[in-house]
Amino acid sequence: MRDMPGRPSRRGFLKGSAAGVAIASFAGTASAQAQEKEAPPPLDQYERVYLNDAEWAFVMAACARLIPSDGDGPGAIECRVPVFIDRQLAGDFGKASDWYMQGPFDPAATPTLGFQSPLTPAEIYRKAIPAFQDWCNKTHGGSFEALEPAKQDAALTSLQKGEVPLDPELRDFFSFLLANTKEGYFADPGYGGNHGMQAWVYIGFPGARGAFTSWPGRENAQYPLGPVAINGERA
Amino acid sequence: MATRTDPKKDVVIIGLGWTGAIMGMELAGEGLEILALERGEDRNTVPDFQYPNTFDELKYGVRYGLMQKPVNSTLTVRHNTQETALPYRQLGSFLPGDGVGGAGVHWNGQTWRPQAVEYRLRSYVEETFGADIIPEDMQLQDWGVTAEEMEPFLTKFESVAGIAGKAGNINGQIQEGGNPFEAPRSADYPMPPLKNTWDSELFADAARKMGYHPFPRPSANASMQYVNDYGMQLGPCNYCGFCERFGCNNYSKSSPQVCILDALKRKPNFSYKTKCEVLKIEKAADGKTATGVTYFDDNTGEEVFQPADLVLVCAYSLHNVHLLLLSEIGQPYNPDTGEGVVGRNYSYQMTGGTGLWFKDKVFNPFVGTGAGGMTIDDFSMSQIDFGKEGFIGGSYITCGHTGGRPIQQMSLPPGTPGWGAGWKAAVGEWYGHNLSIGSHGSNMAYRDTCLDLDPTYKDRHGRPLMRMTFNWKDNDIKMTQFMKARIEEIAKSMNPDAMASGYKGDGAQYDVRPYQSTHNVGGAIMGIDPKTSAINRHLQTWDCHNVWVMGASAFPQNLQYNPTGAVGGLAYWALEALRKDYLPNPRPLM
Repeated sequence: MRDMPGRPSRRGFLKGSAAGVAIASFAGTASAQAQEKEAPPPLDQYERVYLNDAEWAFVMAACARLIPSDGDGPGAIECRVPVFIDRQLAGDFGKASDWYMQGPFDPAATPTLGFQSPLTPAEIYRKAIPAFQDWCNKTHGGSFEALEPAKQDAALTSLQKGEVPLDPELRDFFSFLLANTKEGYFADPGYGGNHGMQAWVYIGFPGARGAFTSWPGRENAQYPLGPVAINGERA
Repeated sequence: MATRTDPKKDVVIIGLGWTGAIMGMELAGEGLEILALERGEDRNTVPDFQYPNTFDELKYGVRYGLMQKPVNSTLTVRHNTQETALPYRQLGSFLPGDGVGGAGVHWNGQTWRPQAVEYRLRSYVEETFGADIIPEDMQLQDWGVTAEEMEPFLTKFESVAGIAGKAGNINGQIQEGGNPFEAPRSADYPMPPLKNTWDSELFADAARKMGYHPFPRPSANASMQYVNDYGMQLGPCNYCGFCERFGCNNYSKSSPQVCILDALKRKPNFSYKTKCEVLKIEKAADGKTATGVTYFDDNTGEEVFQPADLVLVCAYSLHNVHLLLLSEIGQPYNPDTGEGVVGRNYSYQMTGGTGLWFKDKVFNPFVGTGAGGMTIDDFSMSQIDFGKEGFIGGSYITCGHTGGRPIQQMSLPPGTPGWGAGWKAAVGEWYGHNLSIGSHGSNMAYRDTCLDLDPTYKDRHGRPLMRMTFNWKDNDIKMTQFMKARIEEIAKSMNPDAMASGYKGDGAQYDVRPYQSTHNVGGAIMGIDPKTSAINRHLQTWDCHNVWVMGASAFPQNLQYNPTGAVGGLAYWALEALRKDYLPNPRPLM
């Protein structure tokens, strides 16, 4: 495992579990400057703008499996990805504000013709989560967040493969959930995820630096500077 | 019904992207009163693309901050004439721009010239291989203009846009290090090539060892400071890695803003209005000329009639065709009978790629430009024996990092899980260890690949959406499979730790979801026969002599190249006829 000059060791990340969720996991990051600012509220005290209690519990648990906390690098929970998803669902993405949403609709059309649901992404989360929870209860004997991690992974795999019977207008649920989780992991921290730019530090992406004039063509040269966010925060 | 009629203008320009800006600038020099109508927002480098706000992958890369919003304008898509078309509700496969500057703001900047054979493809195929190799439903056509005729106008566009590159053929003399297969040029590019990223050097070395001819991609990302013909200044590129889908904060990527608009806006006889969408080109009672345009002004909620002597259709290629169909200028194409011209010969771009992963190589992919990189043209249109290979077409093969944005440009080896512990480990292990060799190829037009008006779906003004009928065809799949084999030979010679290819295969269905290319062309094609083209070789409509149509809608089938160089060249080519022939004596030029 490479440790990059000027960057914290990947091993330096505290390996919190989903249950440990919280803010304590930042104690181990190198985000010194971020730590000087007021810490955001723990996830269980975060003031949500779209997701209700049951949906939040699901999203927390699902993100914790899609990008788990153990192993090298931060997990979705340490990166506060659920906060990102909550805000996205309340915003233009969740409302499909930019999309053409006039009928007639044919949600069962061939997938190659793209998104055809009459529901917005926020509505799809709202309807699909309870449907998936019902399936988890019937198939695995419990709600998703109550299952063992291996069973959670199996349930998510079934969802991804289309083996969970969802109405056609909900069929994009898993792809939204996975895409939104990765977006929240890697987007600028201003959107509520990628907290402390931990995901950027982990992979070695320098964020919004925007000028590398002397760097093209260098062979196997490790870029030395850590990331900077749009608001000027550094990690 | 228009609620207001404004004072007449000499010229009305529909759309203020590359071609609208070029036409405005040149015709303003003729002293004409010009109004440009842009349906999107106004946009300027500052404040719209300024540092650091533009370095926002989510806003611009993922949520398409600078692209057309389907809620305002989209089309429907189907694979064949028997299928029911459904709306392109969410962007994916292609990303039309809107707003001042159009797609010229968020392009990568590869700026090519067509090969000489591409302008006269039907003639070339018939002369060289015989007409019987052309599949029955392939509507191969000549452009009606040659590389020799186009040369000065391509040079003019490259000079205005400030292209960085290395010539391969100056007046017939092959130039070491350039593209030996390009049509003769009158001079080298205005700027030397960009610096190469290491991945493209590795590719070029491998290709050279195999006897191929690598050369730098011609790029609209400035390699040095430069002042163009209009007094506009570009600064050298920072290799920031935020080019495609983003506006340039650094005045380095050629765009209408950087290269033309600030000069154009100073002309007293030019004005423009934003958030004004043209609904229809209005025809005179005899149907032989246009009287002006009716537009919807989002600023006031009014419908306005704007009279004009000359109507220049300068929107994105798909919107050009839509507007002609809505305005009933030219007979709509009917794929069942093969008759009609507007909507005929839509075509797309055939692309594919092979990813290579190297454990011990770190590429710093965030150090990138939209267009920098190395290319070979050894399997281009003019270099392939169509008769022997069993397809008509060609590709350039290329390598270079455009950026290392982690949401969209994370490239992981085959077999990596899509999520979970394995995915997380892989992003830490492999980010920046990848290079990719791509093929960017031609796509032919067919009898049933076309554009018409949708019978069901309407836009926000109540007008029918345009309907696209498109699918991949055997000829083009054979072409891309040929490129796959060539690219994999090069890739294997580079000894990667892992490798994966993605090319269209037998039975591939067009999928609107993954991004492929915004090089949608055709539908209002140029030619010398009014039965098979919507506009003549000067880009004047056959039906209304004062309506001219710019843009890639003019291409009879797609190039193997990115279209902007040809689009810019065609605009200057059309201007030559407008200025010298048409304005002194307005009439059909052919």
